[in-house]
Amino acid sequence: MDITHETLAAHPEHGEHHGPGPNTVFGFWLYLMTDCILFATLFAAFAVSRRQYAEGPTGHDIFDLKYVAVETFLLLVSSCTYGLAMLSAYRNRINGLVLWLGVTFLMGLGFIGMEVNEFSHLVAEGNGPDRSAFLSAFFTLVGTHGLHVTCGLIWMVVLTAQILIKRKGIPSSYMNRLMCLSLFWHFLDIVWICVFTFVYLMGVQ
Amino acid sequence: MLGKLTWADIPFDNPIEMGAVVFMGLMVAAVLGLVTWYRQWPYLWREWITSVDHKKIGMMYILLALVMLLRGFSDAIMMRAQQAIAHDGAPGYLPPHHYDQIFTAHGVIMIFFMAMPFMIGLMNIAVPLQIGARDVAFPFLNSISFWLTAVSVGLVNLSLAIGEFAQTGWLAYPPLSELQYSPGVGVDYYIWSLQISGIGTLLTGINFFVTILKMRAPGMNYMKMPVFVWTALCTNVLIMAAFPILTVTLALLTLDRYLGMHFFTNDAGGNQMMYVNLIWAWGHPEVYILILPAFGIFSEVVATYSKKHLFGYTAMVYATVSITVLSFVVWLHHFFTMGSGANVNAFFGITTMIIAIPTGVKVFNWLFTMFRGRVEMHPAMLWTIGFMVTFTIGGMTGVLLAVPGADFVLHNSLFLIAHFHNVIIGGVLFGYLAGFNYWFPKAMGFKLHEGLGKAAFWFWLVGFYVAFMPLYVLGFMGMTRRMNHYDNPAWTPWLQVAAFGACLIMIGIILQVTQLVVSIRQREALRDVTGDPWGGRTLEWSMSSPPPFYNFAVTPHVHALDEFCDAKERGRIARYEGTYEDIHMPRNTPAGLFIAIFAAIMGFALIWHIWWMAAAGLLAMVATFIWRTCDDDIDYYVKGSEVARIEAEHERQVDLAAQLAAVRV
Repeated sequence: MDITHETLAAHPEHGEHHGPGPNTVFGFWLYLMTDCILFATLFAAFAVSRRQYAEGPTGHDIFDLKYVAVETFLLLVSSCTYGLAMLSAYRNRINGLVLWLGVTFLMGLGFIGMEVNEFSHLVAEGNGPDRSAFLSAFFTLVGTHGLHVTCGLIWMVVLTAQILIKRKGIPSSYMNRLMCLSLFWHFLDIVWICVFTFVYLMGVQ
Repeated sequence: MLGKLTWADIPFDNPIEMGAVVFMGLMVAAVLGLVTWYRQWPYLWREWITSVDHKKIGMMYILLALVMLLRGFSDAIMMRAQQAIAHDGAPGYLPPHHYDQIFTAHGVIMIFFMAMPFMIGLMNIAVPLQIGARDVAFPFLNSISFWLTAVSVGLVNLSLAIGEFAQTGWLAYPPLSELQYSPGVGVDYYIWSLQISGIGTLLTGINFFVTILKMRAPGMNYMKMPVFVWTALCTNVLIMAAFPILTVTLALLTLDRYLGMHFFTNDAGGNQMMYVNLIWAWGHPEVYILILPAFGIFSEVVATYSKKHLFGYTAMVYATVSITVLSFVVWLHHFFTMGSGANVNAFFGITTMIIAIPTGVKVFNWLFTMFRGRVEMHPAMLWTIGFMVTFTIGGMTGVLLAVPGADFVLHNSLFLIAHFHNVIIGGVLFGYLAGFNYWFPKAMGFKLHEGLGKAAFWFWLVGFYVAFMPLYVLGFMGMTRRMNHYDNPAWTPWLQVAAFGACLIMIGIILQVTQLVVSIRQREALRDVTGDPWGGRTLEWSMSSPPPFYNFAVTPHVHALDEFCDAKERGRIARYEGTYEDIHMPRNTPAGLFIAIFAAIMGFALIWHIWWMAAAGLLAMVATFIWRTCDDDIDYYVKGSEVARIEAEHERQVDLAAQLAAVRV
């Protein structure tokens, strides 16, 4: 139970209480855990509604696994490219950082574009979220993930712009922000793997 | 252009509502007028509205809670009056449309906008001081949290003037809360005010969890934390684990209402039982979110006024943690009658009864703390003793309700109403009022008037029993909750007694307001010069009242549980002789206020389907946040010489008081 040493380390006598310190990343990680519960609740709602087709289409009728596989590929690879961006950031290489953030952004944008395309086709065919409880839960779960990815993209643009405008290396506060966004981006990947498994793979059976 | 909003949405034809609106408008105008008249806007803006200081944010939370206590209580006494007269064919004075809004608003306001802000306010004032920190981990987030709560309060009260509030009960069960049965804006006011304040609460949970884990003074390991800090820690864990469920549940209801989805509808595969499960998966932890900090307050108060260390500190900590865990496995006891089957009901009945064990441990710990102590009957102590008796009765009726067979008879009857008021008033509210009396001098620099505090307590306590014991009887007589009028003459006398009890509570509240006013007027006589008016045990009493804005001039080193008491007993109190270092502080910022105002604009627009305004509100929120992240000038240093000046002034005051006391002796 003795954590005096750790407490001392996190509690320097003068200085960084309010500055961006390890607390920021820890706090953000906690936010991600609450987000995890948010998604868990959505998964639970999906589990309750997944067979409630109301004579509408089933997952087998509307899911195109190959299409979703491409989406998955884009998102998973974008996690790797974000990792490369972080490596550049650690070496204080702004050009490399911006380049890899750009690649990550484009892949994320591709993912969102494909998802919007999938949604709009479903709605155009009369299989919108108001068709059945199954479709309500599908649109909500997948859409919430998409909304998170969109927020991540906006965040990426803002952060890149801020770093480019500063142009003086990467101060520690921005390293923390890059780290938070990194956690966020990888977290969305993990959520997507669950979406892909439970919604799409198990949905086409 | 303005969505569904028209002039017809302002209830000009309802004199009671319009009266309340005019009264509220006059009060707001009076406050704004006074501030303007005394030219206090710059002060208010600089020192309070833009403040990121946890102590000031805490005080604003509590002010909000006290105002909402008045609002929630006026709803309560209107209901009691209605049920006392609306019998045997008499319709009473509240038509069902209005009455249903009142009982919904009463529940929502008392839980979300009275109890929650009160709890978070006390946590804000006490936790950083108790752990020896200069502020919370994220002061700016703290400001956002407060303002999000404040604007949600604004939205709920706005529903009185523009449109209507929900008529669904405080948890808005579908299908009643679906568009089909509640086509008005009432449920939308409910949804958006709770969503906005819920985000504020979630941020608070994260903020205080990080604060307690990462910012304790050196030497304060987990088993040296004051019990209130422990309970606050557990409450924040519960907030982080439970509030996302509320967010999702309300969001799904929103999607049903706004986009025609089918989560909880009667048709197309919707399942309203899912809503009931989800809302209670949040709702049951929520009652522990409220009660745990109250347990913490009682632990501090009972030790301080018994002049003894707390009996069974370790047992208290483990009991708190077990309650935290167990609170997630009992939610189904709120709807045994749904028909989940005997085995499921038995499981949840048993887990519910198990919670009584750690709670019982706590009650015995408090009793043994008082045993052979020199108990001082300060109002805070009176609230604590009142709690021990009242909460135990409420706990026992709760164990009774945990028997599924008994619950089938008593479900949704007034017995249930009596039970949860028994634990929420007798536990939560008594606890917060004890904390209010206890920490008031620390926050404000002067004590509350004791005589009026005691009088208020007695009226509250007696009023509580007179108002709620008849409800147990009425529950056994078969009266269900939320009745607008009824035809059973046998109920009437009991309801009239209950209404009389509500009047006694009203006298208690009037006395509390008087106590506040009298104390402010006599603040010089009641001033707390030493900063340790009660012979306190924990670090917050080691500093001046009110504490300097930077809290601790020198970071304390903790050696023992009840560090300050230990230091006093062992003579470790010595004035700091070294030079003071510069202190790093966050700058005040209006960004939190702006973000919350834009959130309120967005919420209002969504309620009334004014889509352009909702989009504008959202954009403005995001833009404000980005603007804030671009600002690198968010902190500054207080000069060591300035710290030395403030500390010397406090020491001079203490010496002066000591000399005066010596002369008197």
